[in-house]
Amino acid sequence: MSEYSDFVRQYLTVAIFAGVGVGLAAGLLGLGRILRPTRPQEQKYLTYESGVDAVGTAWSQSQIRYYVFALMFVIFDVEAVFIFPWATRLEVYGWFGLVAMGSVIVLLALGLLHAWRKGVIRWA
Amino acid sequence: MSALATFFAQASSVPGDQIVEVQGPSVDWRGLLPLIVLMVGALLMLTLSSVLRSRTPRSFYAIATVVVASVAAIATIPLWARVQGWEKVLWWDNGAEVMGPFSTVGGMVGIDGFGLFVTVVVCMAVILTALLADDYLRREGLDEGPALYVLMLLSASGGVMMATANDLLVVFLGLETLSIAVYVLAAMHLRRAQSQESGLKYFVLGSFSSAFFLYGVALVYGATGSTNLIAIKDFMAQVVPAENGLLLLGLALMLVGLAFKVSAVPFHAWSPDVYDGAPSPVVAFMASGVKAAAFAGLVRVFVLTFENYGTTWKPIVYALAILSMVLGAALAIVQSNVKRMMAYSSISHAGFILMAVEAGSADGTAAVLFYLATYTFMVAGSFGVITVVGRRGDGRHELADYRGLARTNPLLAAAFTLLLFAQAGVPFTAGFFAKFYAVTAAVDASSIPLALVAMVSAVIAAFLYLRIVVAMFMSGADDGDDGTVPTRAQRLPIPAGAGLAIGLCVVVTVLYGILPDALVQPAREGQPALVQVDDTDQGVVAPTGP
Repeated sequence: MSEYSDFVRQYLTVAIFAGVGVGLAAGLLGLGRILRPTRPQEQKYLTYESGVDAVGTAWSQSQIRYYVFALMFVIFDVEAVFIFPWATRLEVYGWFGLVAMGSVIVLLALGLLHAWRKGVIRWA
Repeated sequence: MSALATFFAQASSVPGDQIVEVQGPSVDWRGLLPLIVLMVGALLMLTLSSVLRSRTPRSFYAIATVVVASVAAIATIPLWARVQGWEKVLWWDNGAEVMGPFSTVGGMVGIDGFGLFVTVVVCMAVILTALLADDYLRREGLDEGPALYVLMLLSASGGVMMATANDLLVVFLGLETLSIAVYVLAAMHLRRAQSQESGLKYFVLGSFSSAFFLYGVALVYGATGSTNLIAIKDFMAQVVPAENGLLLLGLALMLVGLAFKVSAVPFHAWSPDVYDGAPSPVVAFMASGVKAAAFAGLVRVFVLTFENYGTTWKPIVYALAILSMVLGAALAIVQSNVKRMMAYSSISHAGFILMAVEAGSADGTAAVLFYLATYTFMVAGSFGVITVVGRRGDGRHELADYRGLARTNPLLAAAFTLLLFAQAGVPFTAGFFAKFYAVTAAVDASSIPLALVAMVSAVIAAFLYLRIVVAMFMSGADDGDDGTVPTRAQRLPIPAGAGLAIGLCVVVTVLYGILPDALVQPAREGQPALVQVDDTDQGVVAPTGP
């Protein structure tokens, strides 16, 4: 049972760390709040834009077509994550590994081919 | 050390003589034949469409899908022969060394009668849906490319994986493959907002349920030391059940995940919305193929693996069955949208099948298989009629849209009437025997109250089906609303594919209603089995016990 209490005691360190972090931040901000005067003026609440008057609204529209590339990136990134461990120990996995990873790569390449031919990867 | 390994060893930092090769699992590729056919078919279709950008012949992808699914279904025949121990199949001798169910892929996939039966059911669902979807895509002006068909074939392959799984992770893999393709299929209709909405709802709720299932698998692994169904069953034989809280929790979570997939109450809330919004042919696939695969997973995990543990999971399934049957029937009555009515009726049918699952016996499993097979045809045919009546835009699904159908399309109305009667359990249709065998299995397992509730809910559900039938044969205002009397000129065009699919469903329903033994025999022979892999020094992880 002593390993269990050692294990839990290690989490005490984490709890103390978290408590100190939260306490420090809260304390400093709270101290500022208590000590500073509050004299609200309209100009103080304007959006800061390097000292000049703000131009336009803060909201901008992002291009929706980015999502296609993000999607493709995620898929091939996951594929890369699977290929790296296999690549470091290529000789240990021999033929079995080659065929298995080869089929994974071929499957994803087929998907890429389909996306390409359907014009998904075109920018405009 | 193979030549390939020595070749690769030149690039590594480990000296050549210290390389220990990893042994792959022993794979009997013949057992994976239906799965391979479905997957390779889907991939070939995808590649072909990318390469052949030019116009393909009319209905090319639909016909290709029907061919691929038929080949997969036919590919189960030699496997069935091997599992059942037949000496000869038609004209060729069965050259298998060892007869009977067998394991492959290092004990993670088990080929037995049950899995093969469900494989054929799922392939039938694919064929029917492909026949319906062909003209649907053309009518709606959607892309007639391979997307819908490829997704459906991949979903079916996930279903086959679930049905032949010998390992909880393979069940999960099949569940995810099945589900993710169907999430996309539900949102395939790009012009209807309801389709997108249903796809999103299905995706979010389905992902949650898959996560619950996986968490359950993790807890069961923690409790038993293995995810392999054989190892878990061996562990069950040693351990007293009720003391292991981790295992109980794992079982409960797995049941939640699978109950969502079969739309059992109280995990049914997604079903009416998704069935209502998704394109009608896709709903045909969801109600038939996806449900069959999900029930296969349920039977494999609970009835097969945890059968000695029945006192823990059976009461829960008992409660789910009662709730599904009663609430499915009761809520269906108050609907005005036919697709939602069919969704609730699907929930009620799921309750019936859960009743057969709860019985947990060989008769119960045979009843499950019979019900799944007949229900596939009944519901696919029903949704075929719904697809035709939906008209362009797939929006005409109110009960009022079926008014007067008997006058404009008498054959269609007759077919729908027969299919609805079959779902109600009228004699001389397959639905009667499906319910009969399910109730018999429950009674033989001494779940008499369950059987009583089943019969009462069947009566309640019958009202629902009769309501649709009466609407079809009525014309004009009957309960208050002024429907226009349709003239001969408004006859609905029935496309060839849909006509073929609906006709096939009607024929099968009547055939198995008159000669049920033709289907009951394979259902009885299709028992699930857990078989150890032959060479235990490869692949199968020994359970580490408590």
